[in-house]
Parts: sequence; C-alpha cells; structure tokens
Amino acid sequence: MFTLEYVIEMNNIRKEFPGIVANDNITLQVKQGEIHALLGENGAGKSTLMNVLFGLYQPEKGEIRVRGEKVAITDPNVATECGIGMVHQHFMLIEKFTVTENIILGKEPKKGTTINLRKAEKDVAEISERYGLKVDPRSKIEDISVGMQQRVEILKTLYRGANILIFDEPTAALTPQEIKELIQIMKNLIKEGKSIILITHKLKEIMQVCDRCTVIRRGEGIGTVNVSEMTESTLAEMMVGREISFEVEKKEAKPTNPVLTIKDLIVEDIRRVNVVNKLNLEVKAGEILGVAGVDGNGQTELIEAITGLRSLKSGTISVSGQDISGYKPRRVTESGVGHIPQDRHKHGLVLDFTVGENILLQTYYQKPYTSKGILNYTKMYDKSRGLIEEYDVRTPNEKTFARALSGGNQQKAIIAREIDRSPELLIAAQPTRGLDVGAIEFIHRKLVEEREKGRAVLLVSLELDEVLNLSDRIAVIYNGEIVDILDTKDTDEKELGLLMAGGKRDVGDVQ
Amino acid sequence: MIGNVLKSKLFGITIPLIAIGFGFLAGAVIMLLSGHNPITGYVALFQGVFGEIYYFGETLQRMTPLIFSGLAVAFALRTGLLNIGVEGQLIVGWFASVFVGIVVEAPMIIHLPLAMAAGAIAGALWGFVPGLLKAKFEVHEVIVTIMMNYIALHIVNHFIRNNLLASGQRTDFINSSASLSSEYLAALTDFSRLHWGFLIAIISCVIMWFILWKTTKGFELRAVGFNKNASSYAGMNVNFNIILSMSVSGAFAGVGGAMLGLGTYQYANILPAFTSYGFDGIAVALLGGSTSIGIFLAAFLFGGLKEGANNMQAAAGVAPELVEIIIALIIFFVASSYLVRWIYTKLQFKKEGK
Repeated sequence: MFTLEYVIEMNNIRKEFPGIVANDNITLQVKQGEIHALLGENGAGKSTLMNVLFGLYQPEKGEIRVRGEKVAITDPNVATECGIGMVHQHFMLIEKFTVTENIILGKEPKKGTTINLRKAEKDVAEISERYGLKVDPRSKIEDISVGMQQRVEILKTLYRGANILIFDEPTAALTPQEIKELIQIMKNLIKEGKSIILITHKLKEIMQVCDRCTVIRRGEGIGTVNVSEMTESTLAEMMVGREISFEVEKKEAKPTNPVLTIKDLIVEDIRRVNVVNKLNLEVKAGEILGVAGVDGNGQTELIEAITGLRSLKSGTISVSGQDISGYKPRRVTESGVGHIPQDRHKHGLVLDFTVGENILLQTYYQKPYTSKGILNYTKMYDKSRGLIEEYDVRTPNEKTFARALSGGNQQKAIIAREIDRSPELLIAAQPTRGLDVGAIEFIHRKLVEEREKGRAVLLVSLELDEVLNLSDRIAVIYNGEIVDILDTKDTDEKELGLLMAGGKRDVGDVQ
Repeated sequence: MIGNVLKSKLFGITIPLIAIGFGFLAGAVIMLLSGHNPITGYVALFQGVFGEIYYFGETLQRMTPLIFSGLAVAFALRTGLLNIGVEGQLIVGWFASVFVGIVVEAPMIIHLPLAMAAGAIAGALWGFVPGLLKAKFEVHEVIVTIMMNYIALHIVNHFIRNNLLASGQRTDFINSSASLSSEYLAALTDFSRLHWGFLIAIISCVIMWFILWKTTKGFELRAVGFNKNASSYAGMNVNFNIILSMSVSGAFAGVGGAMLGLGTYQYANILPAFTSYGFDGIAVALLGGSTSIGIFLAAFLFGGLKEGANNMQAAAGVAPELVEIIIALIIFFVASSYLVRWIYTKLQFKKEGK
C-alpha cells in the first residue's frame, strides 16, 4: 500500500492557543528509515507540532497516522505505545541516580516487590551494545559528561521500545567531537531500522545527516524537500522567507592599543574551586577576540569577574589602563564596559518593565533622565523611542512590556542599550543564543561595526561557527585557563574542537 | 501571547471584582443555610455603612489603619518581599507615638509631627531588622517578620504594664497637642471617631504612588522586585534596596499604628492578642493589586464590611462573624485567580463557539 511508505504522517495539523494559531495546516510525513529534519525559526511552531505528536497537545484539526493507521494520541503514554520516543533538549534525568536507574525509571523490571536491578543492568548493557551507545550502566548521571547524558536520554527511549525518535535540538550543548559522535549514533539507529525526526535550526547539521526536510514558518507548513537538492542558503531562504547572507563582511582588523588586560586572574565558585585559574588575556582596540570553549569551562565566571558581578580571588583586570579589579558593576559600567549578558531573561532584562525602561536600565540615574531623585519619563521614552527605531526593535511601542517581545527583539533592545553608551570594551556573551537567522545577521553586523569604530569586543560563545565567523583572534578556554590563542585565519573547527576538549595543539592531529 | 499580556491589564480589575462577587454570593448561601434572609442581611449591612452619617464616619475611621497596613504590605511586595510583620510594626508604631504623645510637652505644630514620626521610626526599625537579615545573611523575611510580631507584642505590653499603666489595661490619654482627633470631622459625621488621620492616609497613598512610579529610587525598588539578577547587573545595590524597602514598609505600618494611638483611641493598651490590622493589610494589598487606588478601595470595602456587621446583627440578626467569612472568601478567590482566569477563558471560548 502506498501509505505504508510513511511511519508517521501528520496531515493538515492545526493547533491554536487563545489569540494565536501555533500550527496551521502543517503536514509532516516521515519515511521508514530516514532522518527527517524539522526546520524553522524560533517560535515557528516546531515544538508545538512535536508536542502534538507526543500527545501533550490535542490538535484542533488534522489527523495523525502511525504506520498507516489513524491514531488519537491523547497523552504521552499513547505516544510511547505507538513507538514514539522523545530526546529532550533539556535532559530529563535525575542527577543522583545511576544510568541504569534513570533508564528504567517508570518501567522497572520487578522481582516480587523489588526492582530487579541485575536484569535491568543486563538489559541496558544489551541495548547500548546493539546501537553502539557506550555508557557505564553504574555511573551516576552527575559524574558523566553532557554527551554521555544525552546517550542515556536516547537509551531511555529505546528501552521503552521506540521506533521513531524525536531529537529536539540535540547538538546545542555538545562539543564538535561529541556532535560527530552523535551523528554516528543517529546513523547506527537508522541502520537498525529506526526513523528519526530532528528538530533544529542549524542548517549545517541538516545538510550533513538528513534525508528530507520539512520547513515551517510562522506556524505554516512551507513544504518538504529532499536535502540533497538543497544548499544551506536555499534552506535558509525557505525558513526565513528572504535571502540571508551567512558570511559576515568585514575588513582586515587594525588592532591598536590594548583595552582589556587580564593578568593571572583567579575566580572561585561557591564550592571554593578555582573555576578561572591564572587566566591571562588581552583584547585590543579594533579587534574582536572570540573565546571558544565547551560550556562550563569558566566562561561565565570570567565575564562575571570582569563586570563586577563576582569577586576575584586574585589577579588584576584593567580597562584602558585603569585597574577595575574589585569594582562594583556600576563602576565597571561607568569605566567604559558594555555587557550583553548570556542570559537575557535572567540578567539582561526586567521582563515586567517596559521596553523603554529596559533600554534605560544602565543610565536611568543619570542626567537628563533623573534630576533631584525624580525620574523624567518623558525624556526616558524619547530616548528609547530613538533607539528602538535605530536598532529596529520590533515592538508596538516603547511602553510595551519586554516580556511581550520575541527573543530577537529583546536582544536588540539590550544591544541598543549597551552599544549606545559607546563603551570602549564590549563584552558579548552568547549574543545570538536561541535567535533566528535574521536577528543573528543583524547582531553580527552590529558587533563588527563596533570593531570598525575602534572598540574592543570580547565575544564569548559556545557556537564555534559564530566564533570563527566573527573573531579576529580566538582564545580557547579549557578548565578556566586560556590554553591557546590563535589567529582565525590560521585555524579551523577541527583544531579548535580538539583544544576545547583539552587536547594540545602539537599532538592534535595524531589523536 | 501578546493578546494575553494585553488582557492581563483588564484582569487587574476584573479578578478582584469577580472575587468580591463570589464572596458575597457565598455569604448569601451561608445566610440561607443558617436560616436568614440574605437580602435582609445585606440591606442591613449596606445601611450599616451608608444608612447614617455616623456609620459612614466610623467606616472611614476603620479604614484608615487598613490603608496604612495595606500600603506597607504592597510597598514591600513591589520589591519582591513578603512583609508579614506589618502587625508588629504597627504595634510598635502605636506604642511609640503614644509614648511621645504622653511624655512630650510641645505646641501642636511640633508635637503632632513628632509623635507621628516616632511611630514611623519605630515601625521602620521593626522592618529594618528583617531587611538587614535578609540582605546580609539571606534569612527569609517571612520567618523573621513573624517572629518580630511576637517580640513587638510582648515588649510593648511589658512597657505599658510596667512603666505607663494609668488605669485598667491602658496608658494615660495623650496630650491634646499630639492628637489627630478633629471636632470638625466629628461634628460632620454625627460625632463618630473620624479624625485627621484619614486625610493623612489619602496623602500616604499618593506618597507611595509617587515614590514607586516617579522617583529614581522607586524605579530601582521595582526593578529589584521583578528581577534581582538584572538589577545587580545594571549596577543597582540590591541589598541596600531590600533593607530600604523593608524600612519604608515598616514606616508605613508604624504610621498606621500612630493613627490608632493618636487618632481613634488616644491611648495604648495592653494587647491580649494581635490587633489583626497588620494581617488584614495583606488582604487589602492583595485585593488592591498593590496599587494605591486599589488599596484605598479595598480598605474601604473591608472597613465597611466590619462596620456594617454591627448593624447587620442588630437589624437582621446575622452574626457579625459572617463578614469575616466573606472577607476570607474574597481573599481566597483573589488568591486562586488562576481558577477564575480558567473559568473566564472557558466562558470566552463558549461565547466564541456560539
């Protein structure tokens, strides 16, 4: 029969929430044994569609067929029975439990009234063997790497008998090497007869592993294409609806005098462990210095130490020759430091304040916005209106709550605030995390503009592509130390990946 | 999502109104069950507030300390702090203002502001301690403020009993130069206990609005209340703002106590138990949505209910405790606004369906 070609068919799905249509007439058909990409910008409706498939939402219209048979997936248990498994972006694991305990959770093999742990361990070992997912069944989750934890997530779905696996943005937290391993795992799974839906907005990964790709834009299905007939830019065009340039255009850097100088910096975390360890770094005016590294190698603490949010144990930080070590955040800001924080909801914005109030969040106390302790809202909103226009922040007006804006526009508001103060040093931490291509393009352009104006830009990002694209020099951070500083034109992803994982440059290619 | 945000403004008014409606409805059911006619009961309640000018004056007098305790709770809430200690701050404010009212001899222009300031300072001090502990040692303010309530109650009782006892359980009357009572207002309302404090309460509502929404400090306080991380990132001193917020909150409560000491009673007495003005302040702030105008209206509602309860008992034979139940239910419905929201959305959907 014709329909049996597809293991999953979601036909003409419509899902509405009060006030918005999240999915409108989307059709997704997954063939047996393929890796099928689901591509769309943030907020395009990818997660909604997958939540419909996984039984968390009920669609208003449309039908779901599993292996040709029409099914009503009323809750996740039904989805599991249908052989659908989800590998979540944010792992659903219990840190204190072992790998085996996490995998069998909710479906424990029993011996009388107790759990038959021996059988469980045997089962887990067997599955991991079969699919080439190496894990130690007895390690605790908190002791294993992020890549390992993801394997546990995959094993969880396989243990429950999943034939169709949904991967939700699986590469977000992985190193380049781990990504390579994950791709191999996905290929093994296909070989063993599984089918995969890969949710992503990373075009490169789609080009690498996927057979077909369904694109959705603003809740509407745009179409399904064979990946082999597409290029990254044609896919991006489908996703965004207009042409996109990936290459950041920039002239040769003309770095001059050092702006940020860090000497022997040591920073402790709450457990009194040195998370930044004797770190030395220099960023010159007129250059973008990228810090590449796997998450959790001291990047956050480094930035917090520079911006005064965290106290230093020892070492010095100076900006344009002025020693700012131990300054409070406001004095750091006033010393000419702009900071685009990595978590815009936690640090960057007061979501329940208006866009205008947020744009003035660093300067509200200065003249002309404050005089004699009284705020001048007229002046504040005049100022913010100008910046909203200049930085193309899409908002109904300056008195809209920041919460109501999309991630990209929230980020633009932060960037407007930080750049407008024309800081000598601009720290950009994960400036494009979770944003769509259009917003990324805009933000990258702004950072390069700052460099062109002769400012020093310190870029910290987990996206290696971003670091490679923007930086003039790249510093690799590992275990709180800068292990190497390279010229961007003399290095590549492979070399950086090895350094990020703790490998040394001279032995790099041999390993 | 944007639609929801726009709607939430409207919800700011509808939720309290729905909650009040439900509260009265439930009150009617209770009256029916206990063999009373709810219409007669509510008419008596209404007349107990608006029926005579004296009742109305007493209602305004009753709502005066409620406004202050409501403002106190709301002010802290705007900075993300739950001040359960308004009760204690109000008690020390009451005592301190009466103390100054009795021992100081001065012309009214000095004496009255001084006595009120004493109340404010005492309350502020009682708020400062939990604020300091929260800022320095991250001790949760709810725990500390509850304990501070007991300390306030027993210390004040101790001082009255051992140092200021005049007759029975109370202190001397305050000197008239520190009194808020007004012959004019009393005459206007058929000799109720309405005093100048009512006007001070209205002014205080304006003051809170002004501090929070017009001053630079208020901007910071609200920023800290919404997001501590972003506030410290933006260079605000979060700990200082926490201490300041608790102190100002305590000062509002302390002045509320002064309203009782310098206005309604003209003395302080040994308290057998908490006055409950402070706890009612939580209800007032909650119902009023922590806005000045909302607090004024909520205080009027609760003050009116408590005053009207007298007439309800006299004219309709309904136990005055009923209004306590109604108040409790109103708060219940406000607190469970999620439920109300849910019902509301369901109804909206039905309407659209048709």
